[in-house]
Amino acid sequence: MATTETTMPKLFELAVTVNGTCHEQAVEPRTLLSDFLRHDLGLTGTHVGCEHGVCGACTVLLDEEPVRSCLVFAVQAHGHTVTTVEGLGVIDQLHPVQEAFRQAHGVQCGFCTPGILTTVVAFLAENPDPGEEEIREALSGNLCRCTGYQHIVDAVRLAAQNMKTAHEQPAR
Amino acid sequence: MKPAPFDYRAPTTVEEALSHLAEHGYDAKVLAGGQSLIPMMNFRLVQPAMLVDLNNIPDLAYIHADEKGGLRLGALTRHHQVEVDPLVAAQIPLLHEAMPKIGYPQIRSRGTLGGSISHADPSAELAAVSVALNGRFRLRSPKGERWVPAQDFFVGLFSTVLEPDELLVEVALPTLPARTGWSILEVARRRHDFALVGVVAVVTLDGKGVCQQARMVFLSAGDRPMMAHRAADLLAGQAPTPEALRAAAELAASDEIDPSSDIHATAEFRRHLAKVLARRALDQACRRAAEKK
Repeated sequence: MATTETTMPKLFELAVTVNGTCHEQAVEPRTLLSDFLRHDLGLTGTHVGCEHGVCGACTVLLDEEPVRSCLVFAVQAHGHTVTTVEGLGVIDQLHPVQEAFRQAHGVQCGFCTPGILTTVVAFLAENPDPGEEEIREALSGNLCRCTGYQHIVDAVRLAAQNMKTAHEQPAR
Repeated sequence: MKPAPFDYRAPTTVEEALSHLAEHGYDAKVLAGGQSLIPMMNFRLVQPAMLVDLNNIPDLAYIHADEKGGLRLGALTRHHQVEVDPLVAAQIPLLHEAMPKIGYPQIRSRGTLGGSISHADPSAELAAVSVALNGRFRLRSPKGERWVPAQDFFVGLFSTVLEPDELLVEVALPTLPARTGWSILEVARRRHDFALVGVVAVVTLDGKGVCQQARMVFLSAGDRPMMAHRAADLLAGQAPTPEALRAAAELAASDEIDPSSDIHATAEFRRHLAKVLARRALDQACRRAAEKK
């Protein structure tokens, strides 16, 4: 293994749009996107579980694709857009997926929830009318240690129904 | 922040990437999707001094048909793109069927074809599929380029013929001939976890339904994709009866793989799984071959 002399780490200028706001900041290349979001931007909604790509808690949308933010370096997001759970909805106006999770009790301790919400938002954008097997497949990369998944699957189904209804009746 | 410090380059052309690799040699690692490399860096199992990030080279991501009906896939093509590509589904259904077995949805939106193959994890579906399909890889270095057959590319655990100044840039996969069926089966403890054992089978039948040619490649069953040559030879010229398939599966599982024991399974259990999966895969491949005129 190559050893490197201890020197001041070289910083890279990063410009990234997170939840619609452009942030410019210098980062070390080894800074993970998950740590950049939490430590540098204070967006602690993105949870960090395993830090090796198994638990899915840190899932965010990178250019609208679900990715594990612990397996992307922050510098790699330069020039791209990131959406975290904070960018989905706010307390007074939840995203339809968040609202469905509230209604169907798809949340217990909440640790895995941000990663599941971002995963499901991307999934329903690609597959708005999924069957149960497809829902379980879509959630296969997100671990939940509380609910046993049944309520989470119910919530995704409810979200799909609600979004479909809203789409069919846009005027209110 | 867990990885050890490293220097970082994000070239925008293949030529630029190659010059960085030539300059830094064994100190440099190529960063493609990063879905295997970054976990290893987070654990500090690898501590490269330099990362050469390919993600700003859009020219490396493409899927197009070649003149013989096969496909050319750029090394930076992401798993999800391959998974949903209609050309892949139509031309190489084995690859289409293999894609959802790789990692999880979030891994597939980031992970790349070339990255998985270059990483040479013996449990990787893409490595076994490219060997089973008789695929070829195009490697480039500052000195030029060469084509390497998939079956000669993997030389050991996480080891390939890639030199430190070489980059896998393209994967060529032929379309399957007429009357040819395929199958990919695996067993994992948890959906999409690394397979305890898996097998890819490709079988060509002649006009009378006799097996003309077979290829069988196992994953998670040795230090690289394990090709069962003798079992394939045993099948050639035989009618694909249950007895013939069983005999080939037994030969492959007993003599042509080298599974190890770990916390997930014993070598003995892996051999058992290999035997059962091989028989089922051969059966499915033969049925599909018979359906395809």
